[in-house]
Amino acid sequence: MDARRAVEQAARDSYGRLVAFLAARSRDVAAAEDALGDAFRAALEAWPRCGVPDNPEAWLLTVARRRLTDGVRHARVVTDALSTLLAVTEEAQAVASAATVFPDERLKLLFICAHPAINAATRTPLMLQIVLGLDAARIASAFLVRPAAMGQRLSRAKAKIRDAGIAFAVPEPSELPPRLDAVLEAIYAAYGSGWDDVTGADPRRKGLALEAIELGRLLLRLLPGEPEAQGLLSLMLHCEARRAARRSAEGGYVPLSEQDVALWSEPMIDEAQQLLAAAERVGRIGRFQLEAAIQSVHVQRAWTGRTDWEAIALLYEGLVRLAPTVGALIGRAAAIAEARGAEAGWALLQMIPADAVAGYQPYWALAAHLQKRLGRMERAADAYRRAIGLCEDPAMRDFLARQALPS
Amino acid sequence: MNYTILIYETAADFARRNDPDAKKRAAYWSAWPLYTKALKDAGVFVGGAGLQPPETATRLSLRDGKRHVQDGPYADTKEQLGGFYMIDVPHLDAALDWAARIPHADGRVLEVRPNLVPPG
Repeated sequence: MDARRAVEQAARDSYGRLVAFLAARSRDVAAAEDALGDAFRAALEAWPRCGVPDNPEAWLLTVARRRLTDGVRHARVVTDALSTLLAVTEEAQAVASAATVFPDERLKLLFICAHPAINAATRTPLMLQIVLGLDAARIASAFLVRPAAMGQRLSRAKAKIRDAGIAFAVPEPSELPPRLDAVLEAIYAAYGSGWDDVTGADPRRKGLALEAIELGRLLLRLLPGEPEAQGLLSLMLHCEARRAARRSAEGGYVPLSEQDVALWSEPMIDEAQQLLAAAERVGRIGRFQLEAAIQSVHVQRAWTGRTDWEAIALLYEGLVRLAPTVGALIGRAAAIAEARGAEAGWALLQMIPADAVAGYQPYWALAAHLQKRLGRMERAADAYRRAIGLCEDPAMRDFLARQALPS
Repeated sequence: MNYTILIYETAADFARRNDPDAKKRAAYWSAWPLYTKALKDAGVFVGGAGLQPPETATRLSLRDGKRHVQDGPYADTKEQLGGFYMIDVPHLDAALDWAARIPHADGRVLEVRPNLVPPG
């Protein structure tokens, strides 16, 4: 493998682990990232000349630690002067050949990113950057924020972690449940929600689904057997398994009920089902297990040819009790409409406060659908217009426009 | 705070307005009024307009005290200003959320800028 690719590989595989290890010691995430950035730059200089070290992680770690303990801002010494570089390389090789295994501290990092002292809207971007090493520009695009503003938010959050002295520790068992919820929610926010609404919704976080799944896998590896972590990963894999079926050959939107089950990814569904079964065996139900269970019922259509809407409605009932989000309330109304008729679904939909849904596209899409089924064409047309006006996804806009036509 | 969303369109985009295929033409025209309505329903609409294509532009400039009138748009770029919306929202994030809902097409570029507030 050439040296450049070795550096890239190391960045992909080890970025978060190295940041976590360094930050847990320096208590300063930004400084740890800077030091690691210098170490990667030094590797780009040194590895083509001196060869790729046996243990690239240990090499990077040694250089980054040296840079951190130097304290002074003369980073260029590492990258410019070859003699220094060779000395560092030698030292790093010595450490590397000692086969040092350094502990994985990424769990602490995940808890820090989702700490209550960190603004809720910044938690997901922070995780994507510190744990996965994504750059601010890419995160900014996914979150519809100016890149410069995203960069500032991330810097402020890192300064807060340092200045407020947020502990680099896994929370005590007594405070673990709420802290874990925050971590789960931040990871799910990277995936985006509303993907599989009956009538469809806009995917809000474009292009981060795989990163979210990676975070989900990481969390489960660090907290093996945690049922909500299993539930979250199961949920994301279920949604991801249907990606190819969500669009027609012409790029049109295909609602879940009309998707070709042959296009669903079997390996992903298998894994999702196994995760959910393992979570259920623990016997501690939670929001993400319920959401995964809803997806699991949808998947049964691949074998039974039908959707058990009563079961889905029941699961939504549980979800609304645990986490009465607008999305859950709308999902319940949609499931009830399928199970017991449009009138019953409409009644539930109307109970959602109007100001909570004024700009919420999935609500108007479902309202339109139900009004149409109830034969109230005037009101259906109105709701369709509203849903279309709030659309982000052109395929969804076309789909709703077709639905709005009198059939 | 007022923001203006400038909509830059390609030649293909402008051509969609008069697409010989009635369906495609309708697809272009039907989305805009609904978006405008969504802005109005949300109480953020300040103003806006679609513009005729760049070849209808006439530019006027003053050089050394002399007026110059020329045909065509000011800048000779692939994307040309095709229209704009002005909205009143609390911050840039909200403006970007609304910009993302503008009927999209390949190559269409949206520019969001805060309106200038005169000093004093």
